[in-house]
Amino acid sequence: MRIPRTAEPERLPRLPVMRYESVVQVRGLVKRYGSKTAVDGLDLDVRAGTVTAVLGPNGAGKTTTVETCEGYRRPDAGSVRVLGLDPVADAARLRPRIGVMLQSGGVYSGARAGEMLRHMAKLYAHPLDVDALVERLGLGSCGRTGYRRLSGGQQQRLSLAMAVVGRPELLFLDEPTAGLDPQARRATWELIRELRADGVSTVLTTHFMDEAEQLADEVAIIDGGRVAVQGTPEELCRGGAENTLRFTGRPGLDLGALLKALPDGTAAAELTPGSYRITGTVDPELLVTVTSWCAQHGVLAEGIAVERRTLEDVFLELTGKELRR
Amino acid sequence: MSGGTYTPRPGAAPVGRMIAAQTVLETRMLLRNGEQLLLTVIIPSLLLVLFSSVDIVDTGSGPAVDFLAPGVLALAVMSTAFTGQAIATGFERRYGVLKRLGASPLPRWALMTAKTLSVLVTEVLQVLLLAAIALGLGWSPHGNPLAVLLLLVAGTAAFSGLGLLMAGTLRAEATLAAANLVFLLLLVGGGVIVPLEKFPEGARAALELLPIAALSEGLREVLRDGAGLPVAQLGVLAVWAVLGLGAAARFFRWE
Repeated sequence: MRIPRTAEPERLPRLPVMRYESVVQVRGLVKRYGSKTAVDGLDLDVRAGTVTAVLGPNGAGKTTTVETCEGYRRPDAGSVRVLGLDPVADAARLRPRIGVMLQSGGVYSGARAGEMLRHMAKLYAHPLDVDALVERLGLGSCGRTGYRRLSGGQQQRLSLAMAVVGRPELLFLDEPTAGLDPQARRATWELIRELRADGVSTVLTTHFMDEAEQLADEVAIIDGGRVAVQGTPEELCRGGAENTLRFTGRPGLDLGALLKALPDGTAAAELTPGSYRITGTVDPELLVTVTSWCAQHGVLAEGIAVERRTLEDVFLELTGKELRR
Repeated sequence: MSGGTYTPRPGAAPVGRMIAAQTVLETRMLLRNGEQLLLTVIIPSLLLVLFSSVDIVDTGSGPAVDFLAPGVLALAVMSTAFTGQAIATGFERRYGVLKRLGASPLPRWALMTAKTLSVLVTEVLQVLLLAAIALGLGWSPHGNPLAVLLLLVAGTAAFSGLGLLMAGTLRAEATLAAANLVFLLLLVGGGVIVPLEKFPEGARAALELLPIAALSEGLREVLRDGAGLPVAQLGVLAVWAVLGLGAAARFFRWE
């Protein structure tokens, strides 16, 4: 696990592509709106060729951070480098190289889907084949449909297509699957994976843990305008000793006696009568200790389940907040 | 680099090509919008036909169409450069279109150039249509075409500045309401179909300073009376253009 600003940046040999070159480098970013501080000393690194998920609840500062990287906002303090450029001062050089998907809107209300995408393609020197992209995103049936008459999911996919059509090096996707049905969501994930395989770096914001777990090489959890923690999903879930063992049995077991048999740092609780939870380093040894203790006490432990820590658990521990809306 | 479908190959199109594409799109959006066509084409045409053929308003000596045609041309410029542009741009801002284009390779100045070109293309179509209708109603225009052109360009600049100022500072709904209201008020009080002589002396002096009055009176002096360059009216339009465009450049918010 990597705690920004205190620990050394870790370099993990995970991807075939890369020289670990930073495509986004944010240091001590502060952004205020009036008296409200939206981003409060945030650090973020995105390595070339990776998918980085910026995860956090509403109002955590995700969109403000991404929009500062896109050049829409000027930092009140700190520095932002995107592809080595200043997003505001070097905007003209940066814009052709990035693809942007806004959280909503961005299309003329009178435009047809295909027309808008074709127009975006004309602004770039070497755009993707528009028809192929339309097919790929399942927008073939609505090429002649006006934007206002598209479903929410179709509008999202059009917006994604507009972000990738210019063949960017780096994509910023603000909640790319919000409002999509499960099938469209998986199709979007698949496209992001294909983009990654072809060497496109992606920064995406999301509320969804499964999205981060499925897609991201790296996850940054943001809360209160700061990065609470950044690392790979595996690192974050492995970190600490917070796996859980659950079982049910006779109510009123002497958990104090059980704990004496378990390593230090393990906790046990009877959640409801007869329903037990043990948290700690849940390894094979611990499982054996618990079950043999039960055997010695004539308890048939039922429904034994070992649960890995999820990103949601990590998030709850870090912030005490629910991640989902 | 491998040759995957999505292998990055970034780059902006040449700026001329971007402006051309943007102009085509903006013009197409405008011509597709029914409410816009009502303002820019149908209302000016109806007013021209109605007031030329039915003697409702006393337009002074000479054929009514000679009075009305210049006024309706001024109205056409206002409907496109001011009302239409304000409403369209206001909603583009509201729906994040301006924001999204801001992240594309299209520079802001190129976007504004395309908007201006789109307004000019629309005005050419309007002038051709309205002139054809007026000629069919027996209109006999006089004067120097160059003076007419100069007035139309100055009027476009003045109205564009005011339209963009409104679109870039007010909420889209407020722009919609205000732009239509202003259109209506200036239609009545700007010498388009009602001669300014009908107003009391004091009011008239104030009304003459309005951009619509300067444009319609200026066009009338040239097209009906065969005057040379109407310097006073051009001056009024130039002041509005400088103030309007200057304020728009200063206060326009893209989001």
